[in-house]
Amino acid sequence: MTDAPAALTVDSLACARGGIPLLEGVSFALNAGEALVLRGPNGCGKTTLLRTLAGLQPPLAGRISAPPESIAYAAHADGLKPTLTATETLQFWARLHGQGGVTPALERMNLAVLAQRQGQHLSAGQKRRLGLARLLVTGRPIWVLDEPTVSLDSASVALFAGVVREHLARGGLAVIATHVDLGLPEARSLEIARFRATTRAAADDFLEAFL
Amino acid sequence: MTALLIRDLRLAMRAGGGFGLGLAFYLILAVLVPLGVGPEGDTLALIAPGILWVGALLSCLLSLDRLFALDYEDGSLDLLATAPIPLEGVVTMKALAHWITTGLPLTLVAPVLGVLLNLPAAGFGWLVASLLLGTPALSVIGTFGAALTLGLRRGGLLLSLLVLPLYVPTLVFGAQAVVRGAAGLGTATPLLLLAGITAGAAALLPFASAAAIRINLR
Amino acid sequence: MASIWRYANPRKFMETSGWLLPGVSILAALCIATGVIWGFFFTGEDYRQGSTVKIVFLHVPAALMAINAWLMMLVASLIWLIRRHHVSALAAKAAAPVGVTMTLIALITGAVWGQPMWGTWWAWDPRLTSFLILFLFYLGYIALWQAIEDPDTAADLTSVLCLVGSVFALLSRYAVNFWNQGLHQGASLSVVDEGAPMDIAYRLPLYFAMAGFALLFIALLLAGTRTEIRARRMQALLTRERMG
Repeated sequence: MTDAPAALTVDSLACARGGIPLLEGVSFALNAGEALVLRGPNGCGKTTLLRTLAGLQPPLAGRISAPPESIAYAAHADGLKPTLTATETLQFWARLHGQGGVTPALERMNLAVLAQRQGQHLSAGQKRRLGLARLLVTGRPIWVLDEPTVSLDSASVALFAGVVREHLARGGLAVIATHVDLGLPEARSLEIARFRATTRAAADDFLEAFL
Repeated sequence: MTALLIRDLRLAMRAGGGFGLGLAFYLILAVLVPLGVGPEGDTLALIAPGILWVGALLSCLLSLDRLFALDYEDGSLDLLATAPIPLEGVVTMKALAHWITTGLPLTLVAPVLGVLLNLPAAGFGWLVASLLLGTPALSVIGTFGAALTLGLRRGGLLLSLLVLPLYVPTLVFGAQAVVRGAAGLGTATPLLLLAGITAGAAALLPFASAAAIRINLR
Repeated sequence: MASIWRYANPRKFMETSGWLLPGVSILAALCIATGVIWGFFFTGEDYRQGSTVKIVFLHVPAALMAINAWLMMLVASLIWLIRRHHVSALAAKAAAPVGVTMTLIALITGAVWGQPMWGTWWAWDPRLTSFLILFLFYLGYIALWQAIEDPDTAADLTSVLCLVGSVFALLSRYAVNFWNQGLHQGASLSVVDEGAPMDIAYRLPLYFAMAGFALLFIALLLAGTRTEIRARRMQALLTRERMG
């Protein structure tokens, strides 16, 4: 894990999808060891917010402060290749992030027996677990997770909650968008729907030029 | 970065079609042209450099639309964009992997096809040299085109429309080097210009490709 | 603040261009009419080329604007990438169809001129080939604009393409020169010091035609940009409506 304790501060963030403002005024602060669960109905902007946090799209307004290269992002799609084995996949991501062995991550996510199996022969839940094992080999302190428990059975959800808890205990952070109960009672929860960009103010910046 | 290169090469080999399809296409082209033009040895010798270069160009084009498409669809590109290596490095490695799986094999089989097309003996060395110098530019320019059309439906067709005009200078200098070499003339000028285009494209285009990918991901 | 960037505001642009457009259009029509009529009917015939030479009054201005339209797109693309003024991106978008038409006019008039002169409709002469390649670049640029739905993404990507395309278009020009030295006469106005000077009687109407084509380009550009701005405004209004 990283040397300095990480922290994530989001200050009156506004983000848009396809040029249409979705969220505005999103503010929260997370310290090492804390987790935040984002909640809200479909299409309210959870994924957009997470992608903005991960740096994949620029915010419309506001600031995100986090140490550089500290965020590990996991999306709906796991980024697995049908022809690569579980070990090869993890080794690739570990080397890319300058990290070492992948066996602990495989074992922790209960994938050791599937280590040599190719992506195309994994079940949906197994793929998901492999996708989440990737987080362990990035060595990054801030996890930004989009619906991490989709297609996981209840035992795997519990397994995953344990992994997140260990990550927090090591001084990590997590921002998780989810609909289901993760079994992380200590995590704070944030209702995203209340940041919906309804006011003209957010829209006007974008529309002003053409109205 | 080498990890990315190794992964891409491994994926290309396991997918089966990686090396084979482009080469097979190149071969078919070299067989079809004499069937269309006629078996006249002199005519074939005259057009052989051009056909071999145009064929290499089209074979390169064939595998371009898959360059980023798979990584884009399965979410890997998002993860690569958040990885510690810069996106410029990612596109350079992608271009290199594309060249190793496409441009390099094409260069190696080109002399064989040269025999089929009755290329004059003096031209063979220049054919290999010009392809070796020029095909990296084809991969780098193609990577730029693939980055522009990332995530578009019907992207493949548009990709050809965007990339082929960009291939003009490479094609002209590459084919001219072979034409002149086959005729026993000096080839230094076209080869140097070809190398210049490759070097310039490899140095500058990754920035444009990475910018295009960032725009497409947001 | 009297800065040129004032006109980057769509509303300001609409105001000014609405006022400019009729004037520019009328001036363009007058200049082209003067240049072409004068050139076609009131100039002598070339001793070698006969009356076919008179197509120069369409060919040269069209060729000139074909290149200048691309240059203008390049500048507009740079402005969009650096300062993100929407009008600039839309002006680049509006210039492309005009540019491609000018290229086509130059190619067709060139073919019509070449047939009696060189005895062929088409020759792979470097100048002609360069224009054909320019035509392909225009097609790619327009196709990319049309393929991308999100207007800002489209503006970004086409701008990047325009930048890269400009470099390669220039390279292609030199490549094609290297490839074939060509039949085409030198640029029509620069032949002055190469023996056969263009007579002043030809030059004046040609200047008129060139100014007319330039004004025509500006008029079409303004009209096209106004259309694009209106389309964006419609989109913005619809978006606002959906957001309630």
